[in-house]
Amino acid sequence: MDLGPYLLFASLEGLVHAAVLSLIALGLSLVFGVMRIVNVAHGEFFMLGAILAWWISSFALGNAALGFLLALLIAPLIAGVIAMFSDWLILKHLKYDPEATIIATIGILYIIQQAALMTFGPDARPVEQPFNIRLDLYWFGFSAYKFFVIFASIILLLSVWLVMAKTKFGLLLRATQLDSETAQAFGIPISTVYSLVFGAGAAIAAVGAVLIVPIQQAHYLMGGEPLLLAFIVVIIGGLGSLRGTVAAAVLIGMSDGIISVFFSPTLAKILATLLVVFVLLIRPNGLFGTAKA
Amino acid sequence: MRKDLILHLGALAILLFLELFGVFSDYHQGNFARILVLAAYGIGYNVLFGYTGLLSLGHALFFSAGLYASGLSIYHLDYNVGQSLILAICFSAFFSLLIGYLALRTVGVSFMIVTLMFSQVGYLCILYFGGITRGDEGIVIQQSSRVFLSLDLSDPTIRYYSALIIFSLCLIFNLWIAKSSFGRVLIAIRENSDRALMLGYNVHLYKLLAVIISGTISGLAGACYGILFGYVGASFAAVPYSIFPLLWVLIGGAGTVLGPLVGAIFMFYLIDYASDITDAYMIIVGITLLIVTLYARRGLLGELRYRYFKWIP
Repeated sequence: MDLGPYLLFASLEGLVHAAVLSLIALGLSLVFGVMRIVNVAHGEFFMLGAILAWWISSFALGNAALGFLLALLIAPLIAGVIAMFSDWLILKHLKYDPEATIIATIGILYIIQQAALMTFGPDARPVEQPFNIRLDLYWFGFSAYKFFVIFASIILLLSVWLVMAKTKFGLLLRATQLDSETAQAFGIPISTVYSLVFGAGAAIAAVGAVLIVPIQQAHYLMGGEPLLLAFIVVIIGGLGSLRGTVAAAVLIGMSDGIISVFFSPTLAKILATLLVVFVLLIRPNGLFGTAKA
Repeated sequence: MRKDLILHLGALAILLFLELFGVFSDYHQGNFARILVLAAYGIGYNVLFGYTGLLSLGHALFFSAGLYASGLSIYHLDYNVGQSLILAICFSAFFSLLIGYLALRTVGVSFMIVTLMFSQVGYLCILYFGGITRGDEGIVIQQSSRVFLSLDLSDPTIRYYSALIIFSLCLIFNLWIAKSSFGRVLIAIRENSDRALMLGYNVHLYKLLAVIISGTISGLAGACYGILFGYVGASFAAVPYSIFPLLWVLIGGAGTVLGPLVGAIFMFYLIDYASDITDAYMIIVGITLLIVTLYARRGLLGELRYRYFKWIP
């Protein structure tokens, strides 16, 4: 094989990364955009989605497709409910003070991560692919499931955008994002909106995890890396800007995939973070965003 | 004598007498030597977080900068302890200047995230250059290299005294900062940086200086930790080592000189106890963080200062 097919292969792998990464970053960005808080525990909700997917699909023994479908429905729901519960139990009482919230979400991070270690254990566990079709792309075979991951991510991204732009609930979100006090004065139940957004952010990340877990195994420490990449994405894309988030996720996911294939995954992360340094030097608010943190 | 001097010199005297009168068992002597070096790291962190009001989530970068600068120079270049300490101080000062310059372009939440990311890059670099650093496995510094002024630093008693000296130096330096006009400006920036700017202080420069002082003390603590305990590993550059100093300072009281020591003693023994029971002992860190942010925002000494002793620096 010469360079061309290699590059194509790396780009496809990169697109799969980018698709899942854009979901994780979207959740982070949504929470920041509406609530003005940074959820450091976001990666752990991703991890939670993955180990819940393993757990749920283990009930549907023998039928991988059914197990996957159940996981896709239930795992994000559970992750979302846990997120809403932690919002109700903790973040609400901090009045969403940005610094206190970050410290508290670090606390939540360790509690979820270590609870996963206690129950799920320290081993990485695989989840079977719901369908096992290989597409023959002339130079190499590529799993059809990976195309499905890209496709499903695009569908979810579009539906989040539709909800934000076209529905009444989206209007409430945007009103809260613009000016939460005025929104409250107009009778929008801010605390319910916050709770739902925090839950939705976690659930979107969990969907990303359910999608990726048949390719990558479930492990209790798997939340750290996506969190770093999601931070990179939202900083480059501008915190709270959905369009910027998706654009940056594609950029970072693709380059991460390509550099990982040709050089090393560690180098890919180092370079991506250095890119952030340059973005901060040129545009302190990110390439797309105007929001000030 | 002033009350604050009596309090802090008294605390140091207690730490000295505990050793002189042989109160410690071997086990606790070793623990306290570790705690003292880590508390020095906490003091470094506190200069930035407690006094200047800048919350960094990436101080493991500075701690490990000092740790690796001294460890690698001893291991690869056969530096002696004195030379490697000087190198570690220079290296971490340079590093904190660089990181401070970049990270201070952001404020508030972005500053926290950017410092967290920088320290992740540091951690990844240590893994990436595994040929030199030996990555996760780490480097063991031989006993023969850990000699300073012909004193064997691996001897538990000498190690305790060395740790106490390092801690005392950092504590006195911190006390001096807290009382100096420089420290007053840092506190003014913490309380209201716009007003400090209006009063004509170069806020950005003061913040940068605070990062450099904080990072250099952290690096010094890291270097001493490696030399005294003979091990340099990538785990010291990972996220938990950025979170620990935050936790010690929060528990002991942000912006108090003795706070990091109180917090470090508490957390060290809590984790020590928890790790006997479960592998998932980091859950204790999570729970403590939540309790402190929800119910005890001032920390122990901060609360005492707020209620009874207004003079605690």
